[in-house]
Amino acid sequence: MIPSSSQILLPARMSTIIGSFAAALFLNFLPWRDLRLVPDFVALVLAFWCVRQPRLVGLGVAWTLGLLADAGNGVLLGQHALAYSLLAFLAVWLSRRILWFGPMLQSLHVALILLVAQTAVLFVRLAAGDPFPGWPMFVSPLLGAALWPVVTWLLLLPQRRRPSEQAI
Amino acid sequence: MDHTPPPFFKRGPAPLVRFFFFASLSLALLVIDARFRYVEGLRSWLALAAYPLQRAATAPIDVAMRVGEYFSTQASLMGENERLRERAAANAQDAQRYRAAEAEAAELRRQIGAAERLPVQATPAEVLYLSRDPYAHKLFIDRGSVQGIRPGSPVTDETGVVGQVTRVHPLVSEVTLLTNPDQAIPVQVMRNGLRAVAFGGGNAGTLELRYMPANAEVRTGDQLVTSGIDGVYPAGLAVATVTSVERDIEHSFARVVCKPAAGIDRGRYVLVLTSDVLRPPRPDEVQAGKERRSDKSRRARVKERQADDSQ
Repeated sequence: MIPSSSQILLPARMSTIIGSFAAALFLNFLPWRDLRLVPDFVALVLAFWCVRQPRLVGLGVAWTLGLLADAGNGVLLGQHALAYSLLAFLAVWLSRRILWFGPMLQSLHVALILLVAQTAVLFVRLAAGDPFPGWPMFVSPLLGAALWPVVTWLLLLPQRRRPSEQAI
Repeated sequence: MDHTPPPFFKRGPAPLVRFFFFASLSLALLVIDARFRYVEGLRSWLALAAYPLQRAATAPIDVAMRVGEYFSTQASLMGENERLRERAAANAQDAQRYRAAEAEAAELRRQIGAAERLPVQATPAEVLYLSRDPYAHKLFIDRGSVQGIRPGSPVTDETGVVGQVTRVHPLVSEVTLLTNPDQAIPVQVMRNGLRAVAFGGGNAGTLELRYMPANAEVRTGDQLVTSGIDGVYPAGLAVATVTSVERDIEHSFARVVCKPAAGIDRGRYVLVLTSDVLRPPRPDEVQAGKERRSDKSRRARVKERQADDSQ
């Protein structure tokens, strides 16, 4: 297992970050068939940037994205904002620890973070008087965590140097 | 001399402090939105900001359908053409008969002095996407207040009622589906005119007739249509088909489960119906001033109605 810090990466560009969030929102708005079995792409990308760039992307960004998700889905305003703030806090707090592990163990950490965020949404809905939606709702965070290595690979592409540049 | 660290080390408040700040902000918003509904303006602005992405997300399907059309063979096109022509001929006959019947009904209503029915206007709209929240049972259409959609309008597809417009943004509108547990629709059994109220069954994708007496004349296979007595839904739209009736001795009510007639989670295009119904104002609006109930949610009103019925 190669530690993720074995390569020296280029600094992250703002355009990459904004573009990845736009793409994640786009994926979330696609007309999926069963939403309970589709990972929340915005949460996943948010967790990625909070782990990788805790100084650029933090709780403020998370909260704004949460409000956008709430308005876009027509649910109570603040529900996803709360969940995404919790997610960003955990990701920023654990970022040093997470980066120490390889892809598989990183996925386990991310699974925990996404599950906690999903549970926050669940509690808000239960407090608002909705019935329990069933256990399949916890499949989506696990699927999201399974996608973590792919997301890492994709989002780090613009920061990689070409092999010719790496040779010193 | 000040002893503050140089700006190089400044990172703002600690993450935990920030988290508590944003969490309390979210909780405050939640309470304001759930109890007082003061933030609809903010919601409209956010919806407008998300609109380009929502619009873009439907594009891949359009492209896929167009590519599919391009490769459809001439034989299948001719077959489809034939079928459509047959259906158009059948529909034209029906339409003629319908127009005659409508004129006759209007004449009869004038004779007995009943209020005339106004024609219903239908605005076609495209379904953008279903809400991501598995609890919400909502869909979003690409027509909003700019195109003249008003909250409360019923929404149908070609086979029956889909739901009701519950929130209107400038360019998109939210439609609450019939399967939402908070959504109620007054129905009538087509066979014998028995009236009832159908409630959404949640994730099962069914409807339920509640508070039907155990000896009510409902059978499996009965067609339910809107009764039109609420002034929201025009009368006679197909709503559902009864799939099972359970009569239990222990309960005084029968459990009637129905399947929606419309393709609630399938269709791409829907119709938003708008009609100005001539009807006397509601009694509580006539009592001028004190208690106007217009700000209450539909759910509260339904609950009150049930409480009144049970007394």
